[in-house]
Amino acid sequence: MQSFAYAAPETVEQVIAVLQEHSQAGKPAQILAGGTDLLVQIRSVDGSARTIVDVKKLPETNRLEIGASEIYVGAAIPGAVLTANTDLKARLPGLVEAIDLIGSTQIQGRASLGGNLCNASPAGDTIPALIANAGRCQIAGPAGTRELPVEEFVTGVGTNALGEGELLLGICFTPPAARTSDAYLRFIPRTEMDIAVAGAGVSVTLDEKGICTAARVSICAVAPTVLLVPAAADALIGTSLDDEALAAAGAACTAASSPISDKRGTAEYRRKVVAVLCKRAAGIAAERARGSH
Amino acid sequence: MSEALDTREYKVIGSRVVRPDGIDKVTGRAAFGADLNLPGMLLGVVLRSPHAHARIKSIDTSKAQAMDGVYAVITGADFPNASETEDPALSANVMAREKVLYHGHAVAAVAATSMAIANAAAAAIEVDYEPLKPVLSLDEAMADGATIIDEQLRTAGADEASDTPTNVAQFMRLDRGDVEQGFAEADVIVEGEFATPTVHQGYIEPHACVATINEGGQANVWCSTQGHFDVRSLAAKVLKINVADLRVTASEIGGGFGGKTTIYLEPVAIVMSGKARRPVKMTMTREEVFRASGPASATKSRIKIGAKSDGTLTAMQAWIGYEAGAFPGGPLAPGLMCVFAPYNAPNFLIEGVDVLVNKPKVAAYRAPGAPQAMYAGECMMDELARKLKIDPIDLRILNAVEEGSTATYGPKFKAIGFKACLEAAKAHPNYTRQLAEGEGRGIAAGFWFNAGMQSSAEVHVNENGTVTVIEGNPDIGGSRASMALMAAEELGIPYEQIRVIVADTESAGYTNVTGGSRVTFATGMAVIQASRDIITQLKERAAATWGIEEELVEWEDGHAVPKPGVNADVQPLSLADIAGNAGRTGGPILGRASLNARGAGPGFSVNLADVKIDRETGKVDVTRFTAIQDAGKAIHPSYVEGQMQGGAAQGIGWALNEEYIYDADGVMENAGFLDYRVPVASDLPMIDTQIIEIPNPTHPYGVRGVGETPIVAPLAAVANAVRDATGIRISELPLSPPRVLEALDAAEE
Ligand SMILES: Cc1cc2nc3c(=O)[nH]c(=O)nc-3n(C[C@H](O)[C@H](O)[C@H](O)COP(=O)(O)OP(=O)(O)OC[C@H]3O[C@@H](n4cnc5c(N)ncnc54)[C@H](O)[C@@H]3O)c2cc1C
Repeated sequence: MQSFAYAAPETVEQVIAVLQEHSQAGKPAQILAGGTDLLVQIRSVDGSARTIVDVKKLPETNRLEIGASEIYVGAAIPGAVLTANTDLKARLPGLVEAIDLIGSTQIQGRASLGGNLCNASPAGDTIPALIANAGRCQIAGPAGTRELPVEEFVTGVGTNALGEGELLLGICFTPPAARTSDAYLRFIPRTEMDIAVAGAGVSVTLDEKGICTAARVSICAVAPTVLLVPAAADALIGTSLDDEALAAAGAACTAASSPISDKRGTAEYRRKVVAVLCKRAAGIAAERARGSH
Repeated sequence: MSEALDTREYKVIGSRVVRPDGIDKVTGRAAFGADLNLPGMLLGVVLRSPHAHARIKSIDTSKAQAMDGVYAVITGADFPNASETEDPALSANVMAREKVLYHGHAVAAVAATSMAIANAAAAAIEVDYEPLKPVLSLDEAMADGATIIDEQLRTAGADEASDTPTNVAQFMRLDRGDVEQGFAEADVIVEGEFATPTVHQGYIEPHACVATINEGGQANVWCSTQGHFDVRSLAAKVLKINVADLRVTASEIGGGFGGKTTIYLEPVAIVMSGKARRPVKMTMTREEVFRASGPASATKSRIKIGAKSDGTLTAMQAWIGYEAGAFPGGPLAPGLMCVFAPYNAPNFLIEGVDVLVNKPKVAAYRAPGAPQAMYAGECMMDELARKLKIDPIDLRILNAVEEGSTATYGPKFKAIGFKACLEAAKAHPNYTRQLAEGEGRGIAAGFWFNAGMQSSAEVHVNENGTVTVIEGNPDIGGSRASMALMAAEELGIPYEQIRVIVADTESAGYTNVTGGSRVTFATGMAVIQASRDIITQLKERAAATWGIEEELVEWEDGHAVPKPGVNADVQPLSLADIAGNAGRTGGPILGRASLNARGAGPGFSVNLADVKIDRETGKVDVTRFTAIQDAGKAIHPSYVEGQMQGGAAQGIGWALNEEYIYDADGVMENAGFLDYRVPVASDLPMIDTQIIEIPNPTHPYGVRGVGETPIVAPLAAVANAVRDATGIRISELPLSPPRVLEALDAAEE
């Protein structure tokens, strides 16, 4: 490991300025939120010198607002703050359970939603839940701010849509409509401290008769990027979310996935399990939607 | 040396006192292997082989040597010729010579002023390799035309000596009676084949040491080890130096489980310290621990058991192959000796081989060889019970060894607790508890010999009557507390008045490793004897004070008293009284004992496991686990229970998820705790324990070793529970979700 420079600007403009200065001078700079991915990567993958730009001091990345017309979650808020927020949990239970799966109590004291998304791991646990809830990335950069659906944010294994000088400020959601809820499930061989072999986030909306009128299904760890699976949603919409519909959605997830075999599981296993997770998550989301008003 | 059993009522042993090293350990003050820093100290790193099998054509260290801050760069050429040492294999494992034999094998090392410089220098060393085909499994190693790892190797113990090069380092056989006849007499025969993967002990503290050597060749080593006397003798062999020139101090140790009974870094650090004329610290990364320290053997086995319809065994047969890693010496003998040790079989034939593969040289892991062997044996006992429709505990009780039985490995058993464990299991509420939907229950037995070997102890009486015990076993499982309890019991003083010091190789008498479940038994016996030596002296001092004959004094409850009926008008003298007056009665009082302990009582266990299977994902959750074990006498019951629970946790990990995953080139793909999956706390249920106490007749308090037996039974207990829950016998470990799901799906088709 070599020497590092560290900057902790207090305004978004300053962050952008530092990032731009570095990129124009050809010097490496990297954003730090909780550091639970970044520091591990510096130690084990690439320890070369760089400037670390801490984004935890910005009001925009720390803001948490649960309004009537919009929910905004700052990108750098530690997971522990989010999982302790009962209001957020009531609105987006699946997202909060995804955050609660990250690492352990200690890790959640630092790990952020923005870090999980920007790190762009195919197995990032919150990403399917963000996509299922139609989250929209709020991005600031030299050209001002822009918005991008989460499913378009991740561009590949470890890469995202942020351009030169850009950072993620937070994620916006339209508050769930009546009889709408979500769930996220992942599979790991242990109970914690592990990486998803497969995961599925599902959001469903029911009408007064319990028929599904809208759904979003997203799966992780079965392709280079987290996928939105419209075919799985289509299998749910128009049904009462009976076993047959859930199984059809699961089958659509299997069909959409293109997993690899590695030390965490075989491709065949992942294809089977992603269907099980989708089916179960959809069942839980449906149960929650039936209970909400 | 063995001792007659003492049947008095105990005052102190058996109580759950607080361990003296506890506060420092939970507050972070305790100094472990990497915690020593010396003035001018350099940091050392090892350059490791990127190939599983290759010839080293040349090594060019010139670029590394030339770097600023680099003080020593060494290769195999800086060590005595391996073949001229007393332990060529150890020497070649510490630093490769002509060939690298596994991915991660040490080829060179650097000591520099910082890790960054040391790593950069190591990267600048140019090694020219001629890659060879790696041999990555037992089957490959034993196949006709297999690549030969060591041209010089011949099979030891083979029926017919052969001069053909081979990868089979050893063949071994144990037999009695006529198995063919036994199978012919059987009403029922079961047969099966099993496989277990390479697993690691998974101790939390990586190997670490600090070494210095001066111009006169006198060296000091501080390291994390289970036996500093062994570090001394092994390092002296590799370096061909005088044992007297090497002083080794054991740091506190963050786990070893057998894996810290050998050496890796220590000779390397000494050689570099000699070149640099500075102290050198070396610490393995977790990745290095996985790739280059000794895991436990992968195995393949075949088991066949025959019985009468009432369950009486007629014949038992086993073949077990152990992967030794890159050098001979897998735990073949103990494995074969354990596989059927709990049973009386009139006819048995147990055979096996120790086989070289291009993987790290295996090291001891709790009850070396037994978990793999008894996993296979106990799975087949389960199948036999199913086929006979006999309760699996009843089947074992019917055939269990007891006092007077001749063990498969030769000797006659003295008092042992196997039947008592089986009966306790049968009576345990967890054996009859109703299973939920999707759950299954398994039982299995475990066995381990336990070791005695050499130990020394000194007991010093301080001027106020407190006592210091000096011994030479690194404290892994609470042995300081157990030693203090035994000294307190003998001397009749409170536990709190005794301090136990684990002294270095120049300050304690020679003592074998903390291993083989031997410390409480053997070193404990030395402490008891040294305490009795003190008592003799205390009585002499009292007699001198009182002016009466020594024989007329007794030691009772921490006091010298005249024997009943002795006509002496004196007050009892406490240990503190005598200590305070020692200057006037002959000077300081110290006792000592050294012994080669014999008669370590074998340890038996019975485990009950309940599992729940997720039919759709293949995930196995252990929902209940009960460990029952004969401890002889539990000196500190909490630490006995801790051993039982720890062994269960490791055994469950071995059964469910732990395995070395290799790619086609012999590179381990999961060299970290993220993907080498030991169970975390939330993966395990509360592990219920029940200590059985059938005293070992050859120890004064009846102690048996307890550290290793606990890891033996869990593998089969879990596997048998999975069999019970699914109706399918999956005969390969680990029972990981993909493997279980595949088996479930295949059974449905
Ligand atoms: C022991 C352990 C267990 C873990 N378990 C899990 C798990 O179960 N599931 C899981 O999904 N992950 C897990 N992780 C990974 C990690 O904790 C999560 O991905 C976490 O959410 C990352 O957040 P962070 O704030 O620590 O990110 P950081 O490490 O600070 O950043 C991660 C990446 O995102 C970039 N970044 C961060 N914030 C921004 C921003 N606002 N704008 C632009 N770029 C940004 C950084 O430059 C970096 O490349 C685990 C990690 C550890 C160490």
